[in-house]
Amino acid sequence: MRFDYQVIIDALPFLLDGLLLSFYLTAIAMVGGLALGTLLALMRTSGKLPLVWFAKLYVNFFRSLPLILVIFWFYFLVPLAIGRPVGSLYSALIAFTLFEAAYYSEIMRAGLNSVSRGQINAGLALGLTWRQNMQYVALPQAIRAMLPVLVTQAIILFQDTSLVYVVALRDFMTASSIVAVREGRLIELYLFAAVVYFIICFAGSMFVRSLQRRMVR
Amino acid sequence: MIEIDSINKWYGDFQVLKNCSLRVEKGEVVVVCGPSGSGKSTLIKCVNGLEPVDSGRITVNGMVVTDPSTRLPKVRAQIGMVFQHFELFPHKTALENLMLTQIKVLRRSRHEAERKAHQLLERVGLADQADKYPNALSGGQQQRVAIARALAMDPVAMLFDEPTSALDPEMISEVLDVMVELAREGMTMIVVTHEMGFARKVAQRVVFMDGGMIQEIAPTPVFFESPSSERAKLFLSKILSH
Amino acid sequence: MNYNWNWGILFQEPYFGWLLSGLLWTVLVASAAWVIAFLLGILIGILRTVENRWLRFIATAYVELFRNVPLLLQLFIWYFVVPELLPQEVGRWVKRDLPNPEYWSAVICLGTYTAARVAEQVRSGINSLSRDLVNAGLSLGMTPAQNYLSVRLPIAFRIVVPPLTSEFLTIFKNSSLALTIGVLELTAQSRQIENYTFQGFEAFTAATILYLIITMIVVLIMTVVDRRVRIPGFLEGRHR
Repeated sequence: MRFDYQVIIDALPFLLDGLLLSFYLTAIAMVGGLALGTLLALMRTSGKLPLVWFAKLYVNFFRSLPLILVIFWFYFLVPLAIGRPVGSLYSALIAFTLFEAAYYSEIMRAGLNSVSRGQINAGLALGLTWRQNMQYVALPQAIRAMLPVLVTQAIILFQDTSLVYVVALRDFMTASSIVAVREGRLIELYLFAAVVYFIICFAGSMFVRSLQRRMVR
Repeated sequence: MIEIDSINKWYGDFQVLKNCSLRVEKGEVVVVCGPSGSGKSTLIKCVNGLEPVDSGRITVNGMVVTDPSTRLPKVRAQIGMVFQHFELFPHKTALENLMLTQIKVLRRSRHEAERKAHQLLERVGLADQADKYPNALSGGQQQRVAIARALAMDPVAMLFDEPTSALDPEMISEVLDVMVELAREGMTMIVVTHEMGFARKVAQRVVFMDGGMIQEIAPTPVFFESPSSERAKLFLSKILSH
Repeated sequence: MNYNWNWGILFQEPYFGWLLSGLLWTVLVASAAWVIAFLLGILIGILRTVENRWLRFIATAYVELFRNVPLLLQLFIWYFVVPELLPQEVGRWVKRDLPNPEYWSAVICLGTYTAARVAEQVRSGINSLSRDLVNAGLSLGMTPAQNYLSVRLPIAFRIVVPPLTSEFLTIFKNSSLALTIGVLELTAQSRQIENYTFQGFEAFTAATILYLIITMIVVLIMTVVDRRVRIPGFLEGRHR
């Protein structure tokens, strides 16, 4: 069996479009998930029981479900709620944002917990309100501590976006699979896709390691 | 008994031990002191090969520790070591901590190991704590168990790496008492410590280290009366001033 | 919103049977994969902490390789690519005679992927023990191997039980990817019911509840395990 490079070269523009969609999905889901996740983490640490319970329920609910099922849920729900088909991109974005929020909220919570009680007390003793204390004392320290984990989560999210395959969105994974099947060149395309994913994600994890090393100092 | 002959050791570019030599006779107690980072802890860890040296030679009881063909586990089984943070095995009770290596390393029978363990716990005053897990014991009690654990191997010499520096003040004496008793029974000991009272009481000689070098080796009274190096004087004035 | 509710459909045949068989396949894929992940993960985790550079390198390469390629793509590679790259005879057997090839691909894929994650937990468990605790075992004359078996691993194992719970849960969730190569597990069956009946709400709700139940059972089992292996007084004070 010969490895056919030509088929990959011919498909490059199509694959690149797919890769861009993968990045786009990652970016939107990360921003959305982070915003919602931070909100959930603040609710969880607020000490107000209904908020704490809601955040707990939300996080444990989504963390119990496979992402694919959540994607199917919103693929089915969103058009029903809006009353007309909107395409799978929007339902996928909503699914990813809500799903990732559960994970980001746990990261945020761990980050907030990493800020010592003494720091919080010091802020309060200086007369800061709860909000000011969060904004100026706790969150900045928490985010510093969380940075490596946040990047790691971004790498996981980037890999997870390949699951839009199940609703036929043309991300990098799906694009590779389309070409693979169309050209009958499964080995070439899947191995090529694996190499591309590996390079991107490995570079990401090297970056995480350098962040961690910088933080130790 | 223990011969350290001009050893050198580097961590990357940083030289932690510079041409250190020391002879300890059988039954002798030597206290090693010096500011933190001076290499004293590294020095005694070289004695039982926990830290490899880059050059020089160490022999203990005729065994060449620095020879690559020496079987280190065999050497270490004969040299007891006590650590700053006790390092009892957290998943074993006090009794089991004393029994584990008697059985695994010395191949003693369970029965024999258990008898020896009870005997030693009795000796360090902890007979009634035998079945407790380390985390249920106080720091002073844990350190006494750790000493008993090392003694259970019938060592020819004992190394102490700051055995009291992680202890609350009120627990220091209970550990030192055990060590003084051990010294008076004729155990060969190298003790890294800042407890100058202990040094005065039982040490024949004091070694002062600074910057990875042995600055001074002196008989105990001489060291405290008139240390020869300026750094030792400075060190003593700092640690004895309050 | 216009929707005709029909919860009864979940308990009608063949749909009820579909859900049950989906649940069964989810459990079958996840538990078989867990056996591989657990054993291989412990082995690789240990190798990441040994003195020998080559063994450490192999283990590190394994972890990086499996962690940095999306699971779905790994599944496709195991299912479509690997049989082609095997020696001819073996490849033919895999393609023609191996019963349920999609099941075995899913199990091996999930197992080897999760092994990389388990290995990281095992490694960090072993490395979280202080240098001097390791020295303590050595100073008493244990060989490095004895020290691993009697001291480092037993303690590390007790440390990694809680993070392993989350890996065990993840393997159940990730088993849903097997639907892409035709394993009719729980998510696939709920999707199929939706396709046949257009009762998406009911079908996905059923799957959701079943996953929640799986989660609760797994957490329960692991809590019991955790309680069994806990070291009195140990860990409670850590990380604070």
